[in-house]
Amino acid sequence: MFENLQDKLERSFKVLKGHGQITEVNVAETMKEVRRSLLDADVNFKIAKDFTNRVKDKALGRDVLNTVSPGQLLVKITHEELTELMGSEHEELDLSGDPAVILMAGLQGSGKTTHSGKLAHFLKNKKGKKPLLVACDVYRPAAIDQLHVVGEQVGTEVYSNKEEKDPVKIAKDAVEYAKQNGFNAVIVDTAGRLAIDEDMMNEISSLKDALNPNETLFVVDAMTGQDAVNTAKEFNQRLDYEGVILTKLDGDTRGGAALSIRAVVQKPIKFIGTGEKMDALTPFHPSRMSDRILGMGDVVSLVERA
Amino acid sequence: KKTKEGFFSKLTRSVAGKSKVDDEVLDDLEEILVTSDVGVDTTLKIIDRIEERVSKDKYFGTEELNKILREEISGLLEENNSGSETEFVIPQQDAPYVIMVVGVNGVGKTTTIGKLAYQFKKAGKKVVLGAADTFRAAAIDQLKIWSERVDVPIVTQKMGSDPASVAFDTLQSAQAQDADVVIIDTAGRLHNKVNLMNELGKIKKVMKKVIPDAPHEVMLVLDASTGQNAIEQAKQFTRVTEVTGMALTKLDGTAKGGVVIGISDLFKIPVRYIGVGERMEDLQVFNKYEFVDSLFGEEQEA
Ligand SMILES: Nc1nc2c(ncn2[C@@H]2O[C@H](COP(=O)(O)OP(=O)(O)OP(=O)(O)O)[C@@H](O)[C@H]2O)c(=O)[nH]1
Ligand SMILES: Nc1nc2c(ncn2[C@@H]2O[C@H](COP(=O)(O)OP(=O)(O)OP(=O)(O)O)[C@@H](O)[C@H]2O)c(=O)[nH]1
Ligand SMILES: [Mg+2]
Ligand SMILES: [Mg+2]
Repeated sequence: MFENLQDKLERSFKVLKGHGQITEVNVAETMKEVRRSLLDADVNFKIAKDFTNRVKDKALGRDVLNTVSPGQLLVKITHEELTELMGSEHEELDLSGDPAVILMAGLQGSGKTTHSGKLAHFLKNKKGKKPLLVACDVYRPAAIDQLHVVGEQVGTEVYSNKEEKDPVKIAKDAVEYAKQNGFNAVIVDTAGRLAIDEDMMNEISSLKDALNPNETLFVVDAMTGQDAVNTAKEFNQRLDYEGVILTKLDGDTRGGAALSIRAVVQKPIKFIGTGEKMDALTPFHPSRMSDRILGMGDVVSLVERA
Repeated sequence: KKTKEGFFSKLTRSVAGKSKVDDEVLDDLEEILVTSDVGVDTTLKIIDRIEERVSKDKYFGTEELNKILREEISGLLEENNSGSETEFVIPQQDAPYVIMVVGVNGVGKTTTIGKLAYQFKKAGKKVVLGAADTFRAAAIDQLKIWSERVDVPIVTQKMGSDPASVAFDTLQSAQAQDADVVIIDTAGRLHNKVNLMNELGKIKKVMKKVIPDAPHEVMLVLDASTGQNAIEQAKQFTRVTEVTGMALTKLDGTAKGGVVIGISDLFKIPVRYIGVGERMEDLQVFNKYEFVDSLFGEEQEA
């Protein structure tokens, strides 16, 4: 439906042809297209604006090499900037402590329960850990059952207590249980919550205070639109989380939320989720994410060839 | 929390005594619409229309501009011809009215079904649920809990069984019980997965063996926090299942769900319901004027 960014850029490149330097005037059209592309990819309005301004400032006055046209140089700078903003290659989880504790948090339906299972699978098979899954969503219908099914799928024990309605109590008991039964990692699944729900945000803060987890992970749907900044920021203010899991990237969303979140909280995206199966968890690659957001797989190679 | 000045009051100030919308106002309008997930295409369309009308109707006051703006945006939203503006009305017919609920993962399909069942039951209808999500962990248990909460019958099979067969059973059972409404839950699926999408076509086909014109409604559930990808979702689900209505969930959060404006305009599908919470009462009939106003309501300082 949207015109390919590459086509648009090639059109704007034509304007730049014959210019030896990037100037305020000849850069305008290209940056407009880049901004448009970022907005189509769901990058937040303000962040897209700031970002294109920064790229422009970086580019202004830069001499163009003989082989590279100003337009191509601009795209190259855009891509570099974006990749840098996305953070470093892969940030490992802190799994120190006995047990190491991971707390999952996020909006309703973002993928917390599924990714609790995926993390258990990952810790077991890639990190040689003996994880325990903990069911702290006491609200959603069948949330506890869901975690039990997931636990079975990855061959990991699930700690739950259907009689207890206080997630903090459940979590504390679970850590005690883990210590006594030789589990060296604990993954705590929690209920989905809105950032503006005071009671529920207090609950997750209390969970964090009580557990003092190694990793609090913000689980967010890659299809999220403009609201990603609000949510990421609110959760970060309350939890100061260690990292982000970006889910449902097996879809065809461009995933601009990733850029918005990085820009607004500067926390690493530690994993991406790419399916409903328990092994569909992959480390995050900033450069690939930049390509995806810009919708420009081919543009990059075009620039590299130049 | 600080609140920003509402857009309309700002608009009122900036156009007072002028005969033309200045760029500053249009820039503000663009920002409001794009940050509500309306998307660049639709935003530009709205701005074009407003400029057109402004140049035609030479002079106009602020109130007129407000009115034009509301008219133009709500004009893009399909009319809801379900009958009532506030109540849940289903057409009167002999066979049970079958609603098939579809959408990507985690948007709120199952929850919306629970809420709908509650509303229909309250309106005196006999409702039957069908648990055709046999894939996701504990999806059947989840719908079962909703059926108990609302106290309506449910048809289930084992996890992993054929969803089309569950739908078939449900329709038969509903017919035998002389039910008024049947609501079929389906597994969440991303619209770019061909096999999973084709499965929906199959479920639909099998239902016709019991009730030839079923499903009477294919309801696409969209999450208000989803951005521009919702357009592609609507396109692909419509292609496979001919979506006839939408439900927009999670509007109790800070996300505005503006992407439905473009979707409704492009595919001519009305938004029927909005979800505003996790309890069974938290479902409302969609009102396009209120929705448009909510885009311009007082914003929270980001
Ligand atoms: N395609 C795809 N689906 C996913 C992914 N992660 C989760 N899902 C699906 O998304 C839906 C919601 O996932 P859950 O794990 O239940 O989400 P949650 O955050 O625990 O939801 P609540 O507990 O209700 O807040 C389910 O249908 C999952 O199978 C992913 O990476 N890709
Ligand atoms: N705040 C809020 N939460 C909602 C709303 N509707 C659904 N939810 C929550 O969103 C999460 C996902 O809802 P489900 O009904 O399981 O979504 P689904 O589309 O059936 O998910 P899958 O079957 O896994 O694809 C649950 O935690 C619900 O309680 C709503 O209107 N507001
Ligand atoms: Mg969950
Ligand atoms: Mg469901």
